[in-house]
Amino acid sequence: MKFRAPLANVRGLGSAKEGTQHFYAQRLTAIALVPLSLWFVFRLLSVVGADYETALARLGSPLDTLLLVAFLVATFHHAQLGLQVVIEDYVHTRWLKLAGLVSLKLAAVLLGAASVLAALRISFGG
Amino acid sequence: MKTVQRPLSPHLQVYRPQLTSVLSITHRGTGVVLSAGALVLLYWLVALASGPEAYAGAQRLLGSWPGQIVLLGFTFSLYYHLCNGIRHLGWDLGLGLDLPTAYASGWAVVACSVGMTVVTWAVVLVAGGAR
Repeated sequence: MKFRAPLANVRGLGSAKEGTQHFYAQRLTAIALVPLSLWFVFRLLSVVGADYETALARLGSPLDTLLLVAFLVATFHHAQLGLQVVIEDYVHTRWLKLAGLVSLKLAAVLLGAASVLAALRISFGG
Repeated sequence: MKTVQRPLSPHLQVYRPQLTSVLSITHRGTGVVLSAGALVLLYWLVALASGPEAYAGAQRLLGSWPGQIVLLGFTFSLYYHLCNGIRHLGWDLGLGLDLPTAYASGWAVVACSVGMTVVTWAVVLVAGGAR
């Protein structure tokens, strides 16, 4: 027996009113991060013990910058989605939960942007 | 909030830990650790972008004994979260949901994440030794 109204089926948003958006974004960034994080570890290993100029050159090529920016965006987005669920699960005081979720999203965007800016400065200098 | 007297599910501490539940909470734990790792990565990238002095300072800090131990923890967390994340993506596709397969894939995640961490740090120590 189905308890959902036809309109609810069409909208497909469920009780949380946001549908599968969070689930989908978490999986999409996870899939992107599988190759990107493996690439990132290999790239980091190539600069172990390297001096400043070598590290700058090895992380600053156009391809490296592109992949690094993709890795950083996916990482900060994925982290935000995961930490959001942790807050939703464990913080039950209403105002504290709201404050936590808002600060988390703002911080994720700001810090993610800062890391992308750093990656671009490494590439272009200055 | 008003307390309603109604039956509750048993509390966490009455359960004997099982591989599946321990791996599950470890996935969340490593995820939180890796979020802190993203901040350290941000610090290192900003230092590299800021010039030789800032980079040398970051290298000194991360190359110190405590710094290396923290980086070792991040390495294991990354590999664990990566391997177990692939396990989760399999479950999302409906693959390996039966108990024997879930245990087998669980032990595979433990073996892979420990193995990859050991290999990575072997490379780090060899490359760092040639500094």
